[in-house]
This record gives sequence, structure tokens and C-alpha cells, in this order.
Amino acid sequence: MRIGVITFPGSLDDRDAQRAVRRAGAEAVALWHADHDLRGVDALVLPGGFSYGDYLRAGAIAAMAPIMTEVVQAADSGMPVLGICNGFQVLVEAHLLPGGLIRNDHGSFIRRDQHIVVENVDTAWTNGFVTGQEIVIPIKNADGGFIADEETLKRIEGEGLVAFRYAGLNPNGSFHDIAGLTNERGNIVGLMPHPEHATEPGFGPDTDERMRSGVDGLVFFESALRAVLAA
Amino acid sequence: MSVIVVEVMPKAELLDPQGKAIAGALRRAGRGEFQVRQGKRFELAVDGEVTPELLESVRSIAADVLSNGVIEDVVGVRVAAGVTA
Repeated sequence: MRIGVITFPGSLDDRDAQRAVRRAGAEAVALWHADHDLRGVDALVLPGGFSYGDYLRAGAIAAMAPIMTEVVQAADSGMPVLGICNGFQVLVEAHLLPGGLIRNDHGSFIRRDQHIVVENVDTAWTNGFVTGQEIVIPIKNADGGFIADEETLKRIEGEGLVAFRYAGLNPNGSFHDIAGLTNERGNIVGLMPHPEHATEPGFGPDTDERMRSGVDGLVFFESALRAVLAA
Repeated sequence: MSVIVVEVMPKAELLDPQGKAIAGALRRAGRGEFQVRQGKRFELAVDGEVTPELLESVRSIAADVLSNGVIEDVVGVRVAAGVTA
């Protein structure tokens, strides 16, 4: 099982995403934004960071990268694709997921261990959760406010495309507390929190039992393995 | 050299956190009560004259690349006056 992690200029969490892939039991394949080559991977991760310094709009310039031609083709053919934080912004700018992401409503960068509720478990990246499960995933961003017009929001809600919703506190003013989305087919998932930072005891978010012991993020990557095997 | 100016603003009905922050700073500094919205101005410089075809192509770039129609509106695409050398 090979999961590709794409590095764009300004990606920060590509190495962490590769490590998370390996911890889930898959081979991590480093992919480069300027190539037209997915190197035969079974699934794709677009990692967090600040590609092109968030110039123009967060994710907008990376969405025009050469490799995105192949990413869009693979996503259209059903390959599991996960966009984390900046990767979510890239997926939105590439029109693979609906809506837009703007500056947090309070205007500041935020980093916290974020409680989120899993709303849709019929996706390639969430099939290891149960509906309504509350998990803890670190969040760290400046442009995490999810917005969309009324019609789009109605469609997102009506078609069950909300993958995750913020619980307890909405950290950025996202409409409908939306933390992450999926597509109709369920192979594409994008979210602002960082599951790759919650995959290893000692380096994850705090839990009630122990400091830094949260590993809810590992389930994302294990879910993708299951989805690829089932396909 | 000609310059085409493209102006983009956040959609009126959506949040503009940057404009809100500026308005708050002005109020706190005693500089007045304003509603502020912050947008972007792009200058696309090209050699020679701006043909109708080129202007049309820039309109399309403004809509697809320089703005995101979900969150922003293109409010102006025009040839800057007085810069043709």
C-alpha cells in the first residue's frame, strides 16, 4: 500500500504526514508539486503549511501546480485524497471541495487541541470512526474560517458532505461549525485540524488520561488503507 | 507598456475579518467610526497596446485566478490611464 504526500513550496507538515502514513502501516511516497507523476500511489495526502506564503489566497497558487492535473484526475476516478489545513485550502481552490476558507474571524493565528465531531463515516478517511464520535485533533491556522453562500451550505448539509464539525468551541468562525468536508463519492476529505499530529503517544494532543497521548488521527490513515483494500 | 488594473473585494454579504480588525483599530485609536472592507488591487503590465482580446483574457484571469467567486467579487478590470509609454 503506497500513500503519496505532495510537497509544495512552503509545505510544512509533509514529513509529519509521511510519518503518520508509515505508523498506519503503509509506505509513504514523497511527491513533488512540479512533477506530472503520482508514482503509482493508492492514495494521496496534501499536507499542511503555507504554500507560496499564502500569497493571492491560501492554497490558490498551489492549486495551479503541475501535479494538480494528475490529482484532479485521480480524485475524479475515486482515489482517496486527504487535504489537511493548507491541503484543504488547496482542494477548495482546485474546486474538488465546495466553499472557501478565509481569515479566522478573530483575526489571529490559533493553535489548540480541538474537539471535533465525526459527522460522516462513509468516507475513505473516516470509515474507522462511528457517527457522532467526538475526537481530539490539533488545529493550527490563520485562515480556517469556512464560508459558502446559502445555496452551497444547503447543498453541503442536504447531501451529508459535512465530514467534521467543531465541538465545544468554534475556533475560527466557520459557518455551521464546519471543520471538514467530503465529496459526494466520499473519496475526498479536507479538514483544518491536523490528524497527522495525533498519531503517536507522547507527541499528540492531551487526553483526559494522559498528556500528549491522543492518537485519534491515526484512524484517518487506517481508514484509507481499508478503503483502498475494499476498492 | 500598458497596465491593466484588476480590483477584487470580499463579497459584501460575507465576513471580512481584516476589514473588521482595521475598523476596530481605528475606533480604539479615536480616529473615527467606519465600516471597513479590505480588498486587493492587481496591476498586470504588458508590452504594447491593450487589445479587446487581451482585456477579455484578463477578465477571465480575474474571474478564475485573481479572485475566488465563492468568497470574492471582481469589482473592476480597466486599463490604467496615463501609463502607456
